[in-house]
Amino acid sequence: MTRLKAAIVALAAVLCLGAAAADPVERLSDPAKEAQARSLFRQIRCLVCQNESIDDSEAPLAGDLRRIVREQIAAGRSESEVKAFLTDRYGEFVLFRPRFSLGNAVLWLTPFAIVGVGGIAMVLFRRRGPETETPLSDVEEEQLRRLAQSPAPALVPPQGDRSNGADPLI
Amino acid sequence: MIAELGAFALMLALALSGLQTVLSVLARIRHSAPLRGAGEGAAAGAFLAVAVAFAALMYAFVTSDFSVANVAANSHTDKPLLYKVAGVWGSHEGSMLLWCLALTGFGAAVALAGRNLPAGLKALVLATQGTLGLLFIGYTALASNPFMRLADPPVEGASLNPILQDPFLAIHPPFLYSGYVGFSVVFSFAVAALIEGRVDAAWARWVRPWTLAAWSFLTVGITLGSFWAYYELGWGGWWFWDPVENASFMPWLIGTALLHSAVVTEKRGALAGWTVFLALAAFTFSMLGAFLVRSGVLTSVHAFAVDPTRGVLLLIILGLASGSAFALFAWRAPKLAPGGLFAPVSREGALVLNNLFLAAATATVALGTLYPLIRQALTGEAISVGGPYFALTFAPLMCACLVLVPAGPLLAWKRGDLVGLAERLWAAALASLAVGIGAWLFIKPERMLAPLGLMLGGWLILGALSEVAARVRLGSAPLAEVGRRLKGLPRGSWGTTLAHMGLGVFVLGACFETAWKSESVQTLALGQSLKVAAFTLTLHDIRSVPGPNYEAERGFISVRWPGGVSEITPERRFYPAQRQTTSQVAIEPHGASDLYVVLGERREVAGKPVWLVRAYWNPWARMIFGGPLLMALGGLISLSDRRLRLAAGARAERSVGTAVPEPAE
Repeated sequence: MTRLKAAIVALAAVLCLGAAAADPVERLSDPAKEAQARSLFRQIRCLVCQNESIDDSEAPLAGDLRRIVREQIAAGRSESEVKAFLTDRYGEFVLFRPRFSLGNAVLWLTPFAIVGVGGIAMVLFRRRGPETETPLSDVEEEQLRRLAQSPAPALVPPQGDRSNGADPLI
Repeated sequence: MIAELGAFALMLALALSGLQTVLSVLARIRHSAPLRGAGEGAAAGAFLAVAVAFAALMYAFVTSDFSVANVAANSHTDKPLLYKVAGVWGSHEGSMLLWCLALTGFGAAVALAGRNLPAGLKALVLATQGTLGLLFIGYTALASNPFMRLADPPVEGASLNPILQDPFLAIHPPFLYSGYVGFSVVFSFAVAALIEGRVDAAWARWVRPWTLAAWSFLTVGITLGSFWAYYELGWGGWWFWDPVENASFMPWLIGTALLHSAVVTEKRGALAGWTVFLALAAFTFSMLGAFLVRSGVLTSVHAFAVDPTRGVLLLIILGLASGSAFALFAWRAPKLAPGGLFAPVSREGALVLNNLFLAAATATVALGTLYPLIRQALTGEAISVGGPYFALTFAPLMCACLVLVPAGPLLAWKRGDLVGLAERLWAAALASLAVGIGAWLFIKPERMLAPLGLMLGGWLILGALSEVAARVRLGSAPLAEVGRRLKGLPRGSWGTTLAHMGLGVFVLGACFETAWKSESVQTLALGQSLKVAAFTLTLHDIRSVPGPNYEAERGFISVRWPGGVSEITPERRFYPAQRQTTSQVAIEPHGASDLYVVLGERREVAGKPVWLVRAYWNPWARMIFGGPLLMALGGLISLSDRRLRLAAGARAERSVGTAVPEPAE
């Protein structure tokens, strides 16, 4: 019981909801730089929240991070310089977009590798398809020839494959 | 007393699930009809027993019986009745009970509705479903029992988290769980087919209605959750690539792939092994989701109060169920009969590509969700994977997939005709190109990719309409003939059209909202105004309003725009039970777009009170939620088609359509 209660209190504490970054008290006077800062905020994680960017979080730490980012942007630093500054202090955890590095290669390449490998596998599989249909033997050819020449005993309706009937779509 | 009855009913359900498994297995081995009937009876009995347990817990919540630990932790006497009821599934224990209710409900539905199933297959399906019941009811009864009593009951409960006290969130879990757990039936069908060693068109035909039902429920459930986030979290975001959202999205993506591959297996007998694989994977991802949400391995906005021991138990259940099923697959799948051949350009070919992209997309979501865990375990380094990652991986994959969507239904089976396809789609292609160019020229895009997104949305909608036009021979046949053909179109075909159009509506809404959303945030004293898009908002009054279990500060804001005036009343609510403040957003729809206003905190400027007001203009935002609902509607219409098209199994199929239980009751 107390443990559950504690968990609920903890949950309430870390839900730092809102759209904090837009607060007029914090904004930069230059709209272009403010827009640049806002786009950067969305890529930076609030470290004390549950999966929220510092653009959304109302936590005090997020406010501090926003102030740091705004100061650096106002001082003319580039996005990558600001990101480098933050990762030096807080580690890569602070970035919502992981860096493209050796450790993250699996993360970045797998999605495209699956499509590539899957596509190649499909092409190979397709090529194998027709070959599995073995050609008729001489005896079978002869049987087929005789069947084709003999008069049909009765009309047999075509079976299966109704999908290839009059309307190719249905 | 009622709580003890619930606990007893839960143990009874556990015993009945065990009985269901044993009797059904024996029925299969001995080909005995009475044993099979007994197994079906046990399945129905297990459902009834869980329903009694569920009702007992609901009774405890409604009567605020705080001697039950779960009620004391999640309810409060002041809470409105709806949220007392919703409190039943608001906690880990209660939601596991809901999971069990859905699981046994689907088992009972198969027992009662599947009259045209081959006896052996049906017995094996029920045996598998019973085993799943045994695992999950056992877990609930022994490790997460919601009926535990407190020796020293509190006078008042701790209440439900205020942001969860919301009508949409109240009905969100029943839909979501019906979807998650609906895939258990498909899983059981796959296991049964592997044991029988037969996966054919008939099997795929039996599996499809269950897949459609589960997929439609899951679509509605995810949409409700997303809509809740949109208006409750207070800044209009609707998807965060949060681990818990991803946990529900993965089974949805696999379910979508399964829907399409099952069509190929049903119509052409091909891809049997792959369809079975997807059927196993869909419920595996459902179980993975349950594990991720409850184990505490991931941090998320939505995670339950968590406990690592329970997480380990869930992981063991996941390993047992999926591990043995996939081992069975590895053993038996190579023996499955290969299906018909088809040319690369054919409907089969298009559906295979659809599956390739959806499988890759699912893997991307899974990787993005789990990679931080893996990396931390291996190297000790913590990384975050968020929206920007998915925008660079998932989005391009899905875009490639979506471009192909209109082509699929227009290609013939076995061998398609590219020239014919081009003849049917050139108008849609040109029109959507015009949409994209129009977006470039007439509206200044803030994001480079938005016009491409609009083009894609237009392509999906117009492509779906072109398909209908081609089917009814619009333009080439006389109008009377077109009308006759329009009436004659099967519901399954309408379902496809609606679902594909819904996808287009979603893409249009999502791209438009993201690119052309505008925001204005200011502190306003009484009488002051702010402007957002074409609207002028004036704060003219603030009043205190008492709520049932909260105190609200309500803002009265008049809205003026070139076409009219209105008034909106956003609130800021304080819940004394939790000492927590939430925002009640005011949303005013204008067509498909929303004016979205949040009342923020009160401040003092030069001794005068001012309020922080956030206003957003979210153009076409309603389409983000309307699109998926259209998709779910398409699924349900498709589901209703089955009874019309299957002459032999008409009676049983009808019950498939209606007997899918709604565990919310």
